[in-house]
Amino acid sequence: MQEVIQGRVWTLGDDVDTDGIISGKYLTVIDPDELKKHVFEIALPEFAQGARPGDILVAGVNFGCGSSREHAPQALRAIGVGAIVADTFARIFFRNSINLGLPTVEAKGVRAIFENGDPARIEMRGGTITNERTGVQIHFPPLPTHLLELLEAGGLVEKVRRELAGQAPG
Amino acid sequence: MSGDGGTHGMTLAEKVLSRASGLDHVVPGQIIEGRVDLAMMHEQGAQTVGPFHDMGALKVWDTDRVVIAIDHWVPASTEGAAVLHRILRKFAAEQHLDHFYDVGNHGICHQILAENGWVVPGDLAVGTDSHTNMLGAVGSVSAGIGPTEMAAVLALGRLWLKVPPTIQIRVHGTLGHGVTAKDLILKVLGEVKTTGATYKSVEFCGPTIESLSMPERFTLCNMTTEMGAKCGVIAPDAKTFEYLAKTAKHSMHPLYADADAQYERVVDIDVDGMPPMVACPYSPDNVRPLPEVAAEQVKVDQVFLGSCTNARIEDIREAAALMKGQKVHAGVRFIVSPASTSIYSQCLKEGLIEVFTEAGAVFTNSSCSACFGGNMGILSPEEVCASSSNRNFPGRMGAKEARIYLMSPIATVATAIRGVISDPREMM
Repeated sequence: MQEVIQGRVWTLGDDVDTDGIISGKYLTVIDPDELKKHVFEIALPEFAQGARPGDILVAGVNFGCGSSREHAPQALRAIGVGAIVADTFARIFFRNSINLGLPTVEAKGVRAIFENGDPARIEMRGGTITNERTGVQIHFPPLPTHLLELLEAGGLVEKVRRELAGQAPG
Repeated sequence: MSGDGGTHGMTLAEKVLSRASGLDHVVPGQIIEGRVDLAMMHEQGAQTVGPFHDMGALKVWDTDRVVIAIDHWVPASTEGAAVLHRILRKFAAEQHLDHFYDVGNHGICHQILAENGWVVPGDLAVGTDSHTNMLGAVGSVSAGIGPTEMAAVLALGRLWLKVPPTIQIRVHGTLGHGVTAKDLILKVLGEVKTTGATYKSVEFCGPTIESLSMPERFTLCNMTTEMGAKCGVIAPDAKTFEYLAKTAKHSMHPLYADADAQYERVVDIDVDGMPPMVACPYSPDNVRPLPEVAAEQVKVDQVFLGSCTNARIEDIREAAALMKGQKVHAGVRFIVSPASTSIYSQCLKEGLIEVFTEAGAVFTNSSCSACFGGNMGILSPEEVCASSSNRNFPGRMGAKEARIYLMSPIATVATAIRGVISDPREMM
């Protein structure tokens, strides 16, 4: 995880659900490179073609509600999303995203300060997100240490791998 | 024990998480490491296998606490699904995971856990499906997690959890004739909304809840997922113990909320005089009284009676009683899918399959079926579906333009007969 994340913003509305991120018909797809072609087919159809690595998603409340499908953050990670910021997240999506090492930040009021295409700057530990076009900045409570460590490790797989490797054999 | 050291008592979910973490007392917001009593995977578990190996894990922590139940595509309806099933079978064989509910012994994963006693009062259970909340009806904390997280659970037997604040839903009154537990949970969703319980525990209590059967309680807890809840819980009682008496796979350790537990919010619901309810497109919290919607003569193309929310034997029996001797309306497709193979078998013995097939419905093999838009019963744009399932977001059952109305099983039958959204009480 980078301490400072910068990127171009794509805005989304409230209650973007997992069907809107990756439709149920793609749930048998395991390959992230295939999944990414279908990301946001329902919620933001122009995204899959127009996304650039490092882009930042800014959404309203309850982003990622619906199913437990990890395909949703997997597809977003595969297409190169740098961070997801929303007023609030649905809980399984939030966990899945952090577990995959994708910076996911809850910042109340964030949706209101961005328009599509604005440049954003996030300070993960400092707890700020700034619209670099308008200069408007809002503060958010930084993620708990436990979750920052997870992101720093690159996700849950790496964190558990280190934990298991650290255990004394037999 | 409540009230020690000046701290207030704990809610049911706090009690369960206190036990799981080995701590005397926990408070909302606290991050704990919880020992897992039961881990469940369905097809999404195929994505657990890679991370499990990548973590360097060699063995599953406890093979008797892992259940695999395939349900979304059974038997495999696409090559992709066949691959997922194959990955799970291979992993189960390598890891000696014998509690595998494979084709022929299958069912919707939550129903498999319920009817086989895999989750008992006081347990902490996790599953790779969002509706794992359903098992909270036995007095457990049961929550959905993703497949990477499941890999860590299989490796370590534990996971981190933030202790959720609790919303208490107190329900009073008597459900009227033709008004069901589904109508009650839709009513609650209309009040609490899809974001009202995000990251929270929803604890149901009150005389109405005590009067409900276990299948009805499962329906309630199942749809706490649609409120964003981490879990939905109901205190265990004589009905819970009787339900699990013959099937419980491990010893019960019932827990109860303390009298001085602190609730973030209390919602009182009075069901006396409450009509059946319906969730209109495109959100499970867009809830209106069914008679109001019925008055608008909403024409349907497809009707679905199925899903983990409402396809138990009791649901199908009540539906069949209404269906008997009637016909599905011309131009309407009525799909009935029991929640498990044992329910299918019971329907067969009771002649219920005949009731539906003679009416012109299609009675399918047990699976998630049309609920999730990836297997069968998929909707085209402009189509309208009445469904006993749990979500009606755009694209949930196929085309994003398709409109889904969520309702009780008996309301789906009334709708299938008339071809327009209908109040079942007019036919009872």
